[in-house]
Amino acid sequence: MSMQVILAQALLGLNVGVFYAMLSLGLAVIFGLLNIINFAHGAMYMLGAFVALIGYSLLDDWFGISLQIGFWASLIVAPLFVGILGMIIERTMLKRLYELDHIYGLLLTFGITLILQGLFSNYFNISGTPYPGQPESLSGVVNLSFMYFPTYRLFAIVFSIVVCFATWFVIEHTRLGSRLRAGVENPTLTQAFGLNVPLMITLTFGFGCALAGLAGVLAAPIYSVSPLMGADLIIVVFAVVVIGGMGSIMGAILTGLALGLVEGITKVVYPPAASTVIFFLMVLVLLFRPAGLFGKER
Amino acid sequence: MVNRVLWVIMLVVGLTAPFYAYPVFVMDLLCFALFACAFNLLLGYVGLLSFGHAAFFGGAAYIAGYVIKAWGFPPLLGIAAGALFAMVLGAVFGFLAIRRQGIYFAMITLALAQIIYFMILQLPFTGGENGLQGIPRGKLLGFIDLNQPLAMYYFVFAVFLFGFCVIYRTINSPFGEVLQAIRENESRALSLGYDVDKFKLQAFVISATLAGLAGATKAVVFQFAALTTAHWQTSGEVILMTLVGGLGTVFGPVIGAITVGSLSHELSAFGSWVQVILGAIFVVCVLVFRRGIIGELHRFFGGR
Amino acid sequence: MFNQRKLLHGIVAGLGLMVAAGPLSAAEGLSDGKVKIGVLSDMSGVYKSLEGPGAVVAAKMAVEDFGGKVLDKPIEIVSADHQNKPDIGASTAREWIDAKQVDMITALDNSSVALAVQGLASEKKVITMDTGAGTTALTEDQCTPYGIHYVYDTHALPVGTATAMVKNGGKKWFFITADYAFGHSLQENTSAVVKSLDGEVVGNVNAPLGTTDFSSYLLQAQSSGADVIGLANAGQDTVNAIKQANQFRIVQSGQKLAGMLVFITDIQSMGLDIAQGLQFTTAFVWNQDDEAETWSRRYYEKQGAMPTMVQAGVYSAVTNYLKAIEAVGSDDPDAVRKQLGEMELNDMFVKGGKILPNGLMLHDMYLVEAKKPDESKEDWDLLKVISKIPAEQAYIPLSESKCSLLK
Repeated sequence: MSMQVILAQALLGLNVGVFYAMLSLGLAVIFGLLNIINFAHGAMYMLGAFVALIGYSLLDDWFGISLQIGFWASLIVAPLFVGILGMIIERTMLKRLYELDHIYGLLLTFGITLILQGLFSNYFNISGTPYPGQPESLSGVVNLSFMYFPTYRLFAIVFSIVVCFATWFVIEHTRLGSRLRAGVENPTLTQAFGLNVPLMITLTFGFGCALAGLAGVLAAPIYSVSPLMGADLIIVVFAVVVIGGMGSIMGAILTGLALGLVEGITKVVYPPAASTVIFFLMVLVLLFRPAGLFGKER
Repeated sequence: MVNRVLWVIMLVVGLTAPFYAYPVFVMDLLCFALFACAFNLLLGYVGLLSFGHAAFFGGAAYIAGYVIKAWGFPPLLGIAAGALFAMVLGAVFGFLAIRRQGIYFAMITLALAQIIYFMILQLPFTGGENGLQGIPRGKLLGFIDLNQPLAMYYFVFAVFLFGFCVIYRTINSPFGEVLQAIRENESRALSLGYDVDKFKLQAFVISATLAGLAGATKAVVFQFAALTTAHWQTSGEVILMTLVGGLGTVFGPVIGAITVGSLSHELSAFGSWVQVILGAIFVVCVLVFRRGIIGELHRFFGGR
Repeated sequence: MFNQRKLLHGIVAGLGLMVAAGPLSAAEGLSDGKVKIGVLSDMSGVYKSLEGPGAVVAAKMAVEDFGGKVLDKPIEIVSADHQNKPDIGASTAREWIDAKQVDMITALDNSSVALAVQGLASEKKVITMDTGAGTTALTEDQCTPYGIHYVYDTHALPVGTATAMVKNGGKKWFFITADYAFGHSLQENTSAVVKSLDGEVVGNVNAPLGTTDFSSYLLQAQSSGADVIGLANAGQDTVNAIKQANQFRIVQSGQKLAGMLVFITDIQSMGLDIAQGLQFTTAFVWNQDDEAETWSRRYYEKQGAMPTMVQAGVYSAVTNYLKAIEAVGSDDPDAVRKQLGEMELNDMFVKGGKILPNGLMLHDMYLVEAKKPDESKEDWDLLKVISKIPAEQAYIPLSESKCSLLK
């Protein structure tokens, strides 16, 4: 029976882990190119969920016309929306800060986070609004012998892992990715080869944000959609990033998944530590491998 | 010149405030002002962005509250205990984080502070979500009853002035000069033979201690140690205060704390719009107004 | 030198101001020409729909129905959001009392906030009429001379619900508990009822207030082998837990859920499909009788939802507070509190209610059940009354109270 419990909690942990992975992946991509920690990443995640929620429940009767966006459409619309917003932020604001200390980027995105959270807190309940648009086809339950697991959660796990690895593949193994990496290594030289580095930066920032938005849509049916849903998550993801190190895309994905599992199993072994275990691991990593598990010393 | 005028204004306003403003609110502002000054010592004069200062502020509040409530410590000793705790905690945080710079430093302090937050949430003596309630204000030095609003107020003002002067002295000492040299050019300071990490750590510990002093005092004022004081949003708020007032200026954090504090108090009826406004101020400060209020004043009148 | 002189001037000027403005700060006392009532509630979070803005509407209705004036003085309602944070609640209350001459504070729908505010208010001789919080500590070990606990408490809730569950064979209990004063108090009281009926508590897990994902807690409950999973939480927390239990097939696997504190707004947001058959204890059902229904429909016109027991309780508490002021001819807190203790409370919310010296408002409770979808005649017709729980049975008798005021 004990094995069953561990398996069940591990699966739930993996469920959380895929969100860690997607968010830390987005952060890693952005950090890789811009050297900026995007504090607003949690807010982008929240925004993705809200696009799905608003699209589903508030646009269904807009002056008599139904513009309703279903779940499947949200998977495309929400990341697109969040990505474009990200690009606007990069073009109009972040761009002005590249000459300065990188902490200004962190501070700016922190301010943006406050604005977005405050805006949504005015119109939506802080404790969350349930997302009603979960598709019929995913609303069932799968009997995994050790537990009943909602089909949707299984879908979210598989889908996120596919997205993560697809991103990794594009960046590490395609021409587009090699150009991006060249831009990271040596922006001046890359520009000299005729590549538009500023455009690459904008698109990359947009893509990172879009990943967060996508994670938000996937999270909406599981957790309620709430203005603060990204706020506490982003802090954990920061710890994930510190543990994984900033060097590699694969590092971000694997660390995210693994830490979700660790957290899930801690819930069985010693529940009170579940919310802190990741931070303690972070301290250990800092003591023995300051650059992180996958990071390169800079 | 600007600083002299500000000294006078600060003393006059500080001494008279309880007669035209709600004293408890002014005390709250003073605690935050001291907190912001302590934070500024680190960001403004050493160039280290700590995103975990709420741990010192909140942690000290709990320790002070606990020793006063459960062990019957007098208020002054209780506050000292809180500050001492923040000092030790600061040494630990500093030891772990000081090796990394810039955003790494910010993220590490943030994560470390989160451990403290969850510990406060779960340790038996803190009262969890309830907070530590009903901390007696007690008698200062055994005979001044702090339940009198004015006595409490002037005590808080004295604590604030003490902390402020400590920071003022630190900045204007040879030690402070080295710190600023590190901020300007770390490798140069290193090549001049200064043990940069040691200086940074010392500054971090001073900053943490004073942040703790502010938090402990706040706990006595409100007779309450609350989870919010240790939450990461408090760390964000103190950054905002410092930034608005003027990074690396002596009086900036004080003005910033008053501005931000009054704004959120006056606008509290508008619910979450306060957050939107604060966020917008944050963005504007970072983009176009990086000197802050006092920084602009200095630039306008020239000199420091 | 120049600097020092300036400084001296400043101090002298300051001292002058001190003398001039001195008396201002001594503005105390309540006879300020009006009666001010503060509604301190969760306006944005987990408990928003069960009290929140609806409580302000109810308080305003009470003032309106009273004629807007008492003893020819205007009545004013102020409100604020405590955000479920006891420090924010306490500092708001402190400012209301110190600087805004608030005479009575009501709502207080969060036990941590309620304890902080009640303690503070009583120290400053201000009456609190708590409608929203659950913990029995308000009238037991932390009772105060000016604190009144009006609608329900964690002792009254399990008496009906837990007894019914145990008698139907639910002997082994596991609790999912909201991790603060209210949840712990509710778990403790429910455990006592379960044990007194030869039941057994096999475990518990604490979930933070405002949890959105209960899945791992529910799985712990499932693996504990309990017959009943007791939800010692409220509002949105309860709704989330019940919905997710449904997703993970907890009930279908043979365990029962017991919502220890459920409001009609929770049932409405879950829908009867999920909620049907759920039994719980309440102080008020909007269509329990004609008087309640008439009032509730008026409330519905303004708020767009039927009132919960605590929103109805706010109306009743404010009305009776004003009646007491009128009866004694002053807003002196001692006189008003004494009068409140002597009155018999009768209105659309309560019949034959009495406020005890420890602050507990003694009144009957109801064990209710969520209807089957086809039994519901209209949108908000969700509950049927199973039995009435007499006041003496629901609440801690005065003879057993641990309140220090009684000694």
